[in-house]
Amino acid sequence: MVKVTIDDVEIEVEVGTSILNAARKIGGEVVPPAMCYYSKLESSGGKCRTCLVEVAAGSAADPRPMPKLVASCSTPVADGMVIRNKTSDRVRENRAGVVEFLLINHPLDCPICDQAGECHLQDLGYEHGKAKTRYEEDRRTFDPIDIGDKIKLHMNRCILCYRCVHAADQLTDQRGHGIINRGEHAEISTYIEKAIDNDFSGNVIDVCPVGALTDKTFRFKSRVWFLKPMEGERTCTQCSGKAVLWMFGNEIYRVTARKDQYGEVEDIDGKTAWICNDCRFEKKDVSKWTITGPRVVDRHSVISQGKYETKMNTKIKRIN
Amino acid sequence: MKGRKLLIENANISGIESFEIYQKYGGYRAVDKALKSMSPDDVVEEVKKSGLRGRGGAGFPTGLKWSFLAKPEGIPRYLVCNADESEPGTFKDRYLMEHIPHLLIEGMILSSYALGANLSFIYIRGEFMWILQILEKAIAEAYNKGYLGKNIKGSGYHLDLRVLPGGGAYICGEETALIESLEGKRGNPRIKPPFPAVKGLWGCPTVVNNVESIAAVVPIVNEGGDSYAAIGIGRSTGTKLISACGNVARPGVYEIELGVSVEEFIYGDEYCRGIANGKKLKACVPGGSSVPILPHYLVTKTASGEDRLMTYESLADGGFATGSMLGSGGFIVFDEDQCIVRNTWNFARFYAHESCGQCSPCREGTGWMEKVLYRLEHGNGNIRDIDLLAEINKKIEGNTICPLGDAAAWPVAAAIRHFREEFEWHVTSREEALLRNYGLSKEPVTV
Repeated sequence: MVKVTIDDVEIEVEVGTSILNAARKIGGEVVPPAMCYYSKLESSGGKCRTCLVEVAAGSAADPRPMPKLVASCSTPVADGMVIRNKTSDRVRENRAGVVEFLLINHPLDCPICDQAGECHLQDLGYEHGKAKTRYEEDRRTFDPIDIGDKIKLHMNRCILCYRCVHAADQLTDQRGHGIINRGEHAEISTYIEKAIDNDFSGNVIDVCPVGALTDKTFRFKSRVWFLKPMEGERTCTQCSGKAVLWMFGNEIYRVTARKDQYGEVEDIDGKTAWICNDCRFEKKDVSKWTITGPRVVDRHSVISQGKYETKMNTKIKRIN
Repeated sequence: MKGRKLLIENANISGIESFEIYQKYGGYRAVDKALKSMSPDDVVEEVKKSGLRGRGGAGFPTGLKWSFLAKPEGIPRYLVCNADESEPGTFKDRYLMEHIPHLLIEGMILSSYALGANLSFIYIRGEFMWILQILEKAIAEAYNKGYLGKNIKGSGYHLDLRVLPGGGAYICGEETALIESLEGKRGNPRIKPPFPAVKGLWGCPTVVNNVESIAAVVPIVNEGGDSYAAIGIGRSTGTKLISACGNVARPGVYEIELGVSVEEFIYGDEYCRGIANGKKLKACVPGGSSVPILPHYLVTKTASGEDRLMTYESLADGGFATGSMLGSGGFIVFDEDQCIVRNTWNFARFYAHESCGQCSPCREGTGWMEKVLYRLEHGNGNIRDIDLLAEINKKIEGNTICPLGDAAAWPVAAAIRHFREEFEWHVTSREEALLRNYGLSKEPVTV
């Protein structure tokens, strides 16, 4: 075990833990935002640079500060490391810079985007971004493409976090999904626009932090905050069968995996509860599911507001 | 003795690219010597003594880099030669490989022997297809003569050498991207740590060295590390290939002893012979496109008034405020007619094109800078754009996965620092600026 200090909070974590995961153990304000890191996917992270933190002291043995800001998701902790996140002006300034970079080519079409309300980029922009853009050039645009008959790719909204690439690589059995072109023109694509034809391909929708990959069976049906998230279960031969049903009245509008407060798919019984395409796209009838209770959405987005008594809501009420 | 050449002395002898002629002029002497009388650690020791610093741009001591290589039992180690030379302004490795391919192969044998690698690679830039053929021919000759393959010259040491071409991406010159590309993947730089010395090619310890660094091992073994270290000044030892281009009277590849003054290099008869067409010097980029540009008053003298020398330290004197870097040795000279804004845009365009698109500051930032510079250059700029550029720069620098972000940010930052007036002139007198830039003006307009 090693001792680290993040924003003046001390914590003991195991050797080899990343700074981000150490911060998540503390929870709350000290957790840096992460757009590309996904703890359930191997080798994700390091790309978006929103989780940059300042290392004020490298370790107890070598207390020199690190000259550059480091990506907290991919930097392991050392004993006696002192990390500054929210308390560092440098971090805040550079994070605002990264948010600006992520948004310059983003279409900001939230009013018509299905992800709005549960979008990580919205949260990030709201918390760390600036009110105005300085970008006067044309935004880069792509045509939306279909990846199979159930998934829509809006490359315009993509922030190239590579999460879906890792998900497609690690959850499905083919390397049909990846990045083509480079630099500003890099785009997510499947092998010459072939469909990803796989029982777990739908999970790329769940890992996408923005509205680039959306569920075609749900597109334009409803805003997410009008729906009631319910925990549902069914016996499935392929996956855990434990999902969140997004309902309006007695109708299921969409099915997603169960996600934790960082938007990552939860572990159930020690296994990440990815759900299969059958559960996600085909089972939209209430009679197919056993509803076990309301789902508490532990995110700070609008969808968690005013639904059920969540930790967040009670806190807000107490303040008022 | 001044003006010694250790690498390209024999480059102009006809037929030097063949094994026989190369050997006749002293080639493969170092391999014979090392395999017979030196242990691998002795070779590493000589390289450490020589003070050789990486010739690819960063200038990290080669001997030290070698000593970082992890040596776990039962896991192969690899040496990879980085011949993906694509920095604008740099063409020294190309010259070396084109003319004396056997020098690189000899260096590869020595370095692989020193590191205990039994399979080594030369990763060559995709545009250098004809050099690939030259190298493959030379390697075949070396195999025939028993300098490569099993049991080299009866020493019991095996080495296989392969040349692999890339697809021509600048980013694949970054060592971890090079390794990814060599593994057959998309050339995206890896996130460090782990460093290649611990986990490189196929997860094995790997050393990646520049062509010139590897070639320099040959004279080091031949003459001993100490006598190599005697050349040069301070921590800049030995000789360095400099590729001079731009508005000099005699562009080309020169081998200099580190420590020659910049003034002598630009105006000396042995070297560039001054600025072409009798024009005046305006600016100079001394180490390839990614290093900061120097205005004429800082080229031959440092800010403190000392002579600027062609060494790692002297060129970096004054930090980025008034200095630059030796970098990879791509010496680009601008005369008084050249437009710095146009040139900066050109560099920015290169980096925007070559960014791999993996991390957001570089992907979005380089493209943004290119667009703003394009506007400035084409007469559609605003005064506030100049500050905006400086801001974007600060947000890219140091925040990216690999040094490409820094390399894209430095030249723009330096150009604004030293030539701000010219940027402003492009905004305030846009028509005049446009005329001059397209060479339509008879009389050069001075700013």
